[in-house]
Amino acid sequence: MKKTSLIKQIVMFAGFGVLVAACAPKEEALKSGYDWAIPETQAMQDDDFSNPAFMWVDIGNDEWSKTDGEAGKSCADCHGADGSSMKGKSNMYPVYNKDDKKLRSIQDEVNNCRTNRMKAKAWKWESDQMLGMAAFIRTQSRDMPINVAVDGDAAPFFEAGKEFYETRRGGLDMACTHCHVDFPGVKIRANVLTNGLGNGFPTYRLKWQKIGSLHRRFRGCNKNIRAQPFKQGSDEYTNLELYLNHRAKGVMNESPSVRN
Amino acid sequence: MTYRIIVGALTGIVVSGALVTGTMAADYKIVDGTIPQSLTGKAGDPVQGKKTAVNRKKGNCLACHVMPIPEEQFHGEVGPDLGESGSNYSAAELRMRLVDPKVLNPDTIMPAFLVPGKTAVLKKFAGKTILSPQDVEDIVAYLTTLKGSYSK
Ligand code: HEC
Ligand code: HEC
Repeated sequence: MKKTSLIKQIVMFAGFGVLVAACAPKEEALKSGYDWAIPETQAMQDDDFSNPAFMWVDIGNDEWSKTDGEAGKSCADCHGADGSSMKGKSNMYPVYNKDDKKLRSIQDEVNNCRTNRMKAKAWKWESDQMLGMAAFIRTQSRDMPINVAVDGDAAPFFEAGKEFYETRRGGLDMACTHCHVDFPGVKIRANVLTNGLGNGFPTYRLKWQKIGSLHRRFRGCNKNIRAQPFKQGSDEYTNLELYLNHRAKGVMNESPSVRN
Repeated sequence: MTYRIIVGALTGIVVSGALVTGTMAADYKIVDGTIPQSLTGKAGDPVQGKKTAVNRKKGNCLACHVMPIPEEQFHGEVGPDLGESGSNYSAAELRMRLVDPKVLNPDTIMPAFLVPGKTAVLKKFAGKTILSPQDVEDIVAYLTTLKGSYSK
């Protein structure tokens, strides 16, 4: 190869790189719902002592070391006394599980330990214990970025979640995208629309007067557009959760958050 | 904010649709991205139209639009201010936007008030339109009175 052509190639390659960088959509991290919340709501979240969600984190903390089920075990027996072994884990959920051949959310993982390892009864998805345990586990990864895998075995579930997100449904015939991609920062009646991320869940919602799961929020957004909601913990919503957490890549986990 | 309205592409096309809302049914004809004929053969009632537009279970237009209705709090800003709709649009154009705005902009967030949802619709709303043809006529009549004379 002649020297000139090599230099030419390098220049072209570099030029191409710049062009690609200029054309590629900006991979800017989306914003947390916190950033659009009113100062009073932000203040409640900022202080763990004024954040009512910590009543549930405490429930989760208690359950962590409680012996339950025929195996006579507690979470602490396998995972350590204080929950710090969970640091960073929840931000990767939902994950593909080889035995289930589908995604597992944190809640699925908790119930898998309860039924298979502890020989205890599964918790109901929206029970105080489950919300408390999910909040307790998620709090171990607070201020760390959401970081889910959407390739390999997870890919088809990610695609299903993406399709759900983009499909118009319900009597009002709207998709999630219409509110949360097209109009973040814009008022819809008294609410300011956000990127609609799950980084703060479970969240203490002032409207609910209690903590609630991301899947409960999905049901609310579905019903508001007069669409059939799915069950908490359904495959459809778990796939959707994966898609949302992909959108939230790089956004900090701030569970348990406070929202209007 | 940009709105992609593709009225141009519709010029010269005439489409027919059938409306079903409960027991009521009506036909409408789209001409150049407008619906020139009243859906009920009657004129709408602007006073009733304002009420239907505000009603959260009916038009709920304030969810997305600022309107010259100061007695109502919290007007949304997803769509344009409707304060000059009557100056900007004819009744035929407004009717089109209420019956099925997706004819003009397939990506719009604005609901089609006379076309039932197709996917995963809650049972009690299945096959139903959000408004009746008379509701739409009333709202069109109300909107045509909005000429921007109101100021906050
Ligand atoms: C008609 C508008 C609309 C549609 C469609 C809609 N949402 Fe929402 N959503 C809202 C509003 C309003 C809120 C409260 C303000 C906010 O957080 O954006 C909200 C909140 C949320 C939140 C909570 C965000 C937070 O930080 O607390 C999530 C998550 C969410 N939506 C997900 C979804 C998903 C997933 C879909 C589709 C299945 C969807 N939404 C469809 C209007 C909508
Ligand atoms: C969920 C949001 C939403 C709701 C509810 C809604 N609209 Fe809209 N509307 C929009 C958006 C966004 C546009 C901008 C055009 C587009 O998206 O195609 C628009 C456009 C319009 C226009 C054209 C205005 C212009 O200046 O271009 C009229 C008229 C209108 N809407 C009337 C109404 C009326 C009347 C109602 C209630 C019966 C209503 N809309 C309900 C979102 C909404």
